[in-house]
Amino acid sequence: MLHTIAPIVENKPGVLVRTAGLFSKRGFNIESLTVGATDNPDRSRMTITVEGDEVVLEQVTKQLNKLVNVIRVSELLPSESVGRELAVIKVAARKEDRSEIMQIVSVIRAEVIDVSPRSMIVEMTGSEDKVEAMVRLLRQFGIKEKARTGKVSMARGATAVGP
Amino acid sequence: MSNMSGAEAIVESLKLEGVDVVFGLPGGYILPLYDALYDSGIRHVLIRHEQAAAHAADGYARATGRVGVCLATSGPGATNLVTGIATAYMDSVPMVAMTGQVPSQLLGTDGFQEADITGITIPVTKHNYLVRRAKDIPRVFREAFYIARTGRPGPVLIDLPKDVTVDDLDFEYPEICLPGYSPNLKVHALQIKRAAKALMEAERPVIYVGGGVKYSDGHKELVELAEKIKAPVTTTLMGVGCFPEDSPLSLGMLGMHGTRYANLAIQEADLILAVGARFDDRVTGKIASFAPQAKVIHVDVDPAEIGKNVRVDIPVVGDAKTALAELAKAVEPKVWSAWNELVAAWKRDHPLFYAKGGDSIKPQFVLETICKLCPEAVIVTEVGQNQMWAAQFFTHKDPKHFISSGGLGTMGYGFPAATGAKMGCPEKEVFDIAGDGSIQMNIQELATAVINDVAVKVIILNNGVLGMVRQLQDLFYEKRFTNTTLGRVPDFVKMAEAYGALGLRATRPSEVEGVLKEAIASDRPTVVDVVISPDEKVSPMVPAGASLSEILELEG
Repeated sequence: MLHTIAPIVENKPGVLVRTAGLFSKRGFNIESLTVGATDNPDRSRMTITVEGDEVVLEQVTKQLNKLVNVIRVSELLPSESVGRELAVIKVAARKEDRSEIMQIVSVIRAEVIDVSPRSMIVEMTGSEDKVEAMVRLLRQFGIKEKARTGKVSMARGATAVGP
Repeated sequence: MSNMSGAEAIVESLKLEGVDVVFGLPGGYILPLYDALYDSGIRHVLIRHEQAAAHAADGYARATGRVGVCLATSGPGATNLVTGIATAYMDSVPMVAMTGQVPSQLLGTDGFQEADITGITIPVTKHNYLVRRAKDIPRVFREAFYIARTGRPGPVLIDLPKDVTVDDLDFEYPEICLPGYSPNLKVHALQIKRAAKALMEAERPVIYVGGGVKYSDGHKELVELAEKIKAPVTTTLMGVGCFPEDSPLSLGMLGMHGTRYANLAIQEADLILAVGARFDDRVTGKIASFAPQAKVIHVDVDPAEIGKNVRVDIPVVGDAKTALAELAKAVEPKVWSAWNELVAAWKRDHPLFYAKGGDSIKPQFVLETICKLCPEAVIVTEVGQNQMWAAQFFTHKDPKHFISSGGLGTMGYGFPAATGAKMGCPEKEVFDIAGDGSIQMNIQELATAVINDVAVKVIILNNGVLGMVRQLQDLFYEKRFTNTTLGRVPDFVKMAEAYGALGLRATRPSEVEGVLKEAIASDRPTVVDVVISPDEKVSPMVPAGASLSEILELEG
């Protein structure tokens, strides 16, 4: 099963290596990992999605909590959180395909952010499923390059871990 | 205080932390610190190989309960510390290791004697630091010592680029501010209540104790609890000494080379109270069949240990000493029961034993004789058969008197660790129980011991082979003794003499006591070469991966 955990960490060198090391040590493959600033310049927030069974995940979460640079760790359950991902995709765009691509992009509320004679770059923000769906739709034209940020997530409702 | 160099700030920090001795070896990039140490009043012990600096700091820490400190230069000096740091990490030993580093502007350029030691040691330290500014030194040192000794103790490494030790700063020792680090020391009253209730209801309880009791100084509370409810107590290798082995409630050590009765008791128990122990594979054997009938209460200061290897019914996060004291208060006294009778019968029927008589010296007899002559001795061990015999055939009673590399199983640990232990406790008699394989891994430390007048007694159980591995080949590899026969072993008596130590030898059983007495009487570092048979075995034995019920009795 895919799990999403969101550690709040100190904004210091080496924190990423320490965190990622706990996963690799146990043979876990990280599906995606994002890090970015919070509203507090001393803190960063990560969103890590990882495949694994509950027991091992609990162990990794506890180990993460032991790291001196990790302030807190929360697991985000799909039903109780929202998650978004950004993807930019360079798709082959021959003259005859161009309008169809534009149509798809508009229907799924993505955006074209670059156009050249033989390609377009499409930008899309959404849940992983939606991003996945767009990728499938664009594949028929030929995907030349694809970059995804990995998911950022947050628990629903008023409770918060702080700025 | 203001305007001192980084190196002077380090010395000042060490003094504020109460450090009286550091173990190390200098090199180019750590020289500013050595210069500041020169007339600091802090004793520096010059070892002969950096690995020994880490082991000596480790032995000092285990024997005294204080933070052990070692230092080395950058590059190879730092990487040589790694085995010692990993050893301390696996056994939760409080240690601060300092390493020199190339100047900041050379970091990451493959400069001369550069190694990314913070990167290398992330998996084997509790925490580590690469100090980037001289003004951070007081904070980093304060945090490092605090992290090393609190909660579940462990090694912390501080990497010091040369310029950082040279630059000036205004010294101020700050308050600790670590938002991501708060060791759980208090125990939850409700969990204690639940645990106490389970202990009262149990008919066949066993207390299973590890190194956590040692580090929390909880042995008195352990004895109080065990005696109040008449619960048998077994210890892991790390817990040896936490419960007096001459007590009728003692089961000795459990696990792979544990006593038959400890393993029987575990397998028949209806309740296990695990305290400061981590259900290591050498203890549990095949995990699925470990203690099949037992409910498990697990007390540990490290929440990550609870539920890691076995399912736990009643978790108690917190300090072992506090938890044991609270439990002892919460339970009602119990009387000697049918369970105690059964355990006593197992102890009677399946004692640790070895074949006596014959012309060759029995290693078990050597340990028994040391115990008879010097029951209060600190026993430090190398790793392998010597280690298991030392755990089994010496009657351990004091938690700080048995020192051994358990988790990592580091050959070459014992002698430098014994040196560190003796420096921490000069009034105590300290033995290193060694094999001829292990001792050769750090034999150069004889020079350190001799020059510093550290009268450690090294007892080499010399069988000319890598005995524990040979035993595995004997049992599981059709006696195909590949690369376990050492061939020519040096003359350890002459070697001791070459270093300026006293060398003694025993080749017949009748010589053992006399030679040991001579060693004990010696006020110099002393090496005793005790010649034993290569076919001696550690018994009993639970083969790796087997259930504790499948224990084998082996003849030497």
